[in-house]
Amino acid sequence: MEKANADKYVQLEHVDMTFNTKKGTFNALKGINLNIKEGEFISIIGHSGCGKSTVLNLIAGLLQPSEGLLFCAGREIAGPGPERAVVFQNHSLLPWLTCFENVYLAVERVFSTETKAQLEARTHAAIELVGLSHSSDKRPNEISGGMKQRVGIARALAMEPKVLLLDEPFGALDALTRANLQDELMKIMAKSGCTAVMVTHDVDEAVLLSDRVVMMTNGPSATIGEILEVKLPRPRARLALAEDQEYNHLRSEVLRFLYERHAKKSA
Amino acid sequence: MTNTVNKIMPTAKPFSLSSSRSLNTQAYRFFGWVLPPIFGLFLLVVIWALIAEHTPELPGPIKTWVSAVELFSDPFYDHGINDKGVGWNILASLQRVGLGFGLAALIGIPLGFIIGRFEFVARMTAPVISLLRPVSPLAWLPIGLLVFKAANPAAIWVIFISAVWPMIINTAVGVSKVPQDYMNVAKVLNLSEWKIVTKILFPFVLPYMMTGVRLSIGVAWLVIVAAEMLTGGVGIGFWVWDEWNNLNVEHIIIAIFIVGIVGLLLELMLTQIAKRFSYE
Ligand SMILES: Nc1ncnc2c1ncn2[C@@H]1O[C@H](COP(=O)(O)OP(=O)(O)OP(=O)(O)O)[C@@H](O)[C@H]1O
Ligand SMILES: [Mg+2]
Repeated sequence: MEKANADKYVQLEHVDMTFNTKKGTFNALKGINLNIKEGEFISIIGHSGCGKSTVLNLIAGLLQPSEGLLFCAGREIAGPGPERAVVFQNHSLLPWLTCFENVYLAVERVFSTETKAQLEARTHAAIELVGLSHSSDKRPNEISGGMKQRVGIARALAMEPKVLLLDEPFGALDALTRANLQDELMKIMAKSGCTAVMVTHDVDEAVLLSDRVVMMTNGPSATIGEILEVKLPRPRARLALAEDQEYNHLRSEVLRFLYERHAKKSA
Repeated sequence: MTNTVNKIMPTAKPFSLSSSRSLNTQAYRFFGWVLPPIFGLFLLVVIWALIAEHTPELPGPIKTWVSAVELFSDPFYDHGINDKGVGWNILASLQRVGLGFGLAALIGIPLGFIIGRFEFVARMTAPVISLLRPVSPLAWLPIGLLVFKAANPAAIWVIFISAVWPMIINTAVGVSKVPQDYMNVAKVLNLSEWKIVTKILFPFVLPYMMTGVRLSIGVAWLVIVAAEMLTGGVGIGFWVWDEWNNLNVEHIIIAIFIVGIVGLLLELMLTQIAKRFSYE
C-alpha cells in the first residue's frame, strides 16, 4: 500500500491488458507505467485502436487489468467510484430522461445524504456551468451534439470528482463547436482544479489542453512510446498560441511521433 | 400604419396557400389510404357472394347482414345458461382473455427481466422455454381441467400459457439488448439495482415489452375461440359451436367477423398504448 502522494495521484504500474476474444487472447496493452500528478491535465494520444479507451476504462475501474496495479489517491482501483467521473466517447446520456434528470441521477447517488433541494441546486449549478440552463428540461434528442457533450461534462462535474476521465469528448463535433468547448473545458478545469485524463486523436487539442501528452505506440501490445511536457503558461489563448514557437514545436513533436516513428501501417 | 400591413400580409398569404395544399393532401390521403382498404373489403364481399351463389348451404352477404341486424338488435338478452345474447358471449370471452392475459403479464414480464438480467437464469430457463413454447396451447387444456376441475379456470389457464411466452421472450430480449454504454453509465454512477431497473432497463425495454404484449393479446384472442369450443359455457367460441349444432350458418359467419373485429380493436388499442410509452 503506497501513501497518497501529490506527485503520484493516479498511478499505473506495469499494467497489461489481455482480452479474451472468440479467436483467442488479444494482448491490447503491455507494460504501461504512468504517474499522474494531482491537478494535472494529461492527454493520451495514439492511432485508432491502439488502446486509449482501454487505458481510460482501466482508470475508471470499468475494466480490470490482466497484470499490474492501478492506484488512485494511494488506494488500489477495484471498480468504478464517485471520485473518478467519466465523460464518454458518445455522450451516453439516457434518451428518456431530460438533461436535468440525467445530471440529477449522478448527483443523487454521490450526495445521497443531502436534501432534495440541495441536490437540485447542485444539478442546476452543474448545468449552468456548461451554459445549458435554458435547455435543462429538454431530452437529449432535442439538443445538438455539442450540447449533449456539455451535458455529459456537466454530469461528470456534478459528481465533484477528484479525477475527470474524458474519452474523446469532442471527437464527434465540428471544428468550431469543438474549439468553443475546449476553451470552456480549460476554464472549468482551472476553476475546479481537478485532475484530468483525456483521450484524443487531435494533436492541437492535446497540446492546447494538456500539461503532458502521453503518446502511445500502435497495438497489439501497445505501450507508452513517449511523454511530452507542455510547459506553456496558463491561461492559454488559442489565437496567441497559433504563432507561438514553443507551441508549434510541441505540435510537430507529436506529429512526428504519430506519423514518422509510429505511423499506422496502411490497413 | 405600414407596420400593421406588413404584419398582416405575411400571415395572410401562406394561409391561403396552405389551405389549398391541405386540400391536396386530403385528396391524396383519401385516394391513397382510404380507398384501397374499402376496395379490398368490397372485393372480399363480392367473392363471398359469388361463392354463396353456387353453394346453397352458404348464406350470402345480404342474408347474413339481415341476420346480423336482427342479432344485434338485442345483444344482451338472457334466456338461461345456454341461450344468452351475443353481447354476453363476447363479454364472457373478453373477460377470460383479460384474466389469462393479465396473469401472463404479471408473471411473464418480471420473469423476462430476470432472465435478461442474469445470464445464469437465462441458461437455466432456456431449455424449459424452448421445450414448452412450441406446444399448442390447446394441449394444455386437459391439464387445466384436471387441476382446476372446472371449465372456466381451465380456459383462463390456456390463455395464460399461450400469452406468457411472447411476453417473457420479448422482455428478455429487450433487457439483453440494453447498450453496454448505458450499463457503463450505471457502473460509473454506481447506481443501485433499483435505479438500474427503473431508470435504465425499464425505459429501454418498454418498446420490446409492448411488442410482446401485442403478440400475446393476438395469440390469446386466437386461442380463446378454440378453447371455448371445447369447454362450453358462455363465450364467443362456444356460441360458434352452438350455432353449428343449430346449423345456423349465418351466425357462424357473423361470429367470424366479430372475432376478427374484436381482435383488430384489441390490437389497435395496444398499439395506441405502445405509442404513448415510447420515448422517441
Ligand atoms: N472488450 C474487448 N474485447 C476484445 N478486444 C477488445 C475489447 N475492447 C477493446 N479491444 C481491443 O483492444 C484494442 C484497443 O481498443 P480501444 O478501444 O482501447 O482503442 P482506442 O485507442 O480507444 O481506439 P479509438 O481511437 O478507435 O477509440 C483494439 O484492438 C480492440 O479491438
Ligand atoms: Mg476509444
